[in-house]
Amino acid sequence: MTDQAYNFAYLDEQTKRMIRRALLKAVAIPGYQVPFASREMPMPYGWGTGGVQVTAACLTPDDVLKVIDQGADDTTNAVSIRKFFQRTAGVEVTQSTALASVIQTRHRIPETALSAGQILVYQVPIPEPLRFLEPRETETRKMHELEEYGLMHVKLYEDIARHGQIATSYAYPVKVEGRYVMDPSPIPKFDNPKLSGSAALQLFGAGREQRIYALPPFTDVVSLDFDDHPFTPTKANHDCDLCGASASYLDEVIIDDQGSRMFVCSDTDFCETRREMGHVGRLGTPSNKGAQA
Amino acid sequence: MTLISTIAADRPLLHVDNLTKSYGGRVGCADVGFDLWPGEVLGIVGESGSGKSTLLSCLAGHMAPDQGTVVFETASGPRDVLSLSEPERRRLARTDWAYVHQNPRDGLRMGVSAGGNVGERLMAVGARHYGQIREKASDWLGRVEIDTGRIDDRPSAFSGGMQQRLQIARNLVTGPRLVFMDEPTGGLDVSVQARLLDLLRGLVRQMGLSVIIVTHDLAVVRLLADRLMVMKSGRVVEQGLTDQVLDDPQHAYTQLLVSSVLQV
Repeated sequence: MTDQAYNFAYLDEQTKRMIRRALLKAVAIPGYQVPFASREMPMPYGWGTGGVQVTAACLTPDDVLKVIDQGADDTTNAVSIRKFFQRTAGVEVTQSTALASVIQTRHRIPETALSAGQILVYQVPIPEPLRFLEPRETETRKMHELEEYGLMHVKLYEDIARHGQIATSYAYPVKVEGRYVMDPSPIPKFDNPKLSGSAALQLFGAGREQRIYALPPFTDVVSLDFDDHPFTPTKANHDCDLCGASASYLDEVIIDDQGSRMFVCSDTDFCETRREMGHVGRLGTPSNKGAQA
Repeated sequence: MTLISTIAADRPLLHVDNLTKSYGGRVGCADVGFDLWPGEVLGIVGESGSGKSTLLSCLAGHMAPDQGTVVFETASGPRDVLSLSEPERRRLARTDWAYVHQNPRDGLRMGVSAGGNVGERLMAVGARHYGQIREKASDWLGRVEIDTGRIDDRPSAFSGGMQQRLQIARNLVTGPRLVFMDEPTGGLDVSVQARLLDLLRGLVRQMGLSVIIVTHDLAVVRLLADRLMVMKSGRVVEQGLTDQVLDDPQHAYTQLLVSSVLQV
């Protein structure tokens, strides 16, 4: 199964060592962006090259890997990355959040609460939260250094001035342990509260931008807001049409040419587990575990 | 000279001594020294290349001078500005100081609405209440004669004169005590210039601001400045009360400068 032409998990040991050193520094300074010598990976930038490198540096032969893309285990990005590690590392893979020891994710945090010992690896397109406010990288680094984060609130001010509320709905800026302002990668702001106090280790890798940052377990993470416009996580105001869950993040799916639509959990593992337990939504049918296997 | 001030006026607000900056072998400015008192407006005039902007950049901490001292009277006593650590200097620059650029595009965030531009300094010093920030921004737009209905427009939709007034509002919103201005009326036509000067004069008197204004336009300093410094080749050749210097210039260069003004 494993492709013997490659080192374990594709990257050579020296590269993994370099990445692990960056990871250690990132864990030591929560929210701080650590530069690292990002390698070219056999997939295009924007497909999770940063996350893949972090995962490769973390994997051991005993690990159980889960890869999700927008919460789903069966989308292109998730399938290709999972296959990549099956081929180059030969690790066991799973779709179950609870059984996985390393979870690489794009744009979601699983609904099921993570436990101690698990590692959640995020794919990050733009690690710099101040990027579109201050174009100079030298200046943004200085702003992080001196804790000058007033500009981040200018963005939220603009949101309220234009839309009457904070309209930023993903990649919502957070402050880590009262120090660094961090871009949590483009997760919906619904997931922001899950960043804080998580029992799992959370690692963020940006391949093109060559940055790694991290949240060690039980880190305090606060979403930025105004006193009179407090942070509110949002989701579609529906229940899941397949499993009936009322508190999970939903995808809206158009199902015919007349514009009928359904709302389904974006976390496929969460949805399937619930259906196996007998929950049924508006358009769902009772699950038959035997038929699925 | 007006003496409206909130702090004891027995010490100058800014004390500058022997300030020198050279670019390799070329002199930027040399051996400049002066005192600026609270509530005073100091004009610096001179031809292009005479070291006016170099001097202003050194004073405002944008550039490090080769020699000299700049002592600023902070709320907690006099401090040597040049020996401040960078965080302290940047804090000073967004609280007690303000810098009005010649080109408003350098001083404004063009992609952010007028209200956001004015509010930025407030948020930078810790304001976290949207309603209060907006109220203050709209108050300041009114004070610089910008229609408050345009609070959500971007500066790119404003005329040059409005952009300059917006920049002034953005700088004055945190109530600074010392304002640096680099050719604030450059590039504006005369009627807009007159209106801006009128506005500036009002704000300076009303807030008791101390201002260092660099310009090559003698009419501007005649209107605004209490005291005048004339620079030539990086050195101060003459200084004194504005009317005294302009009406009775002593140095040959000042005489030339005054006589070069076009009469209409």
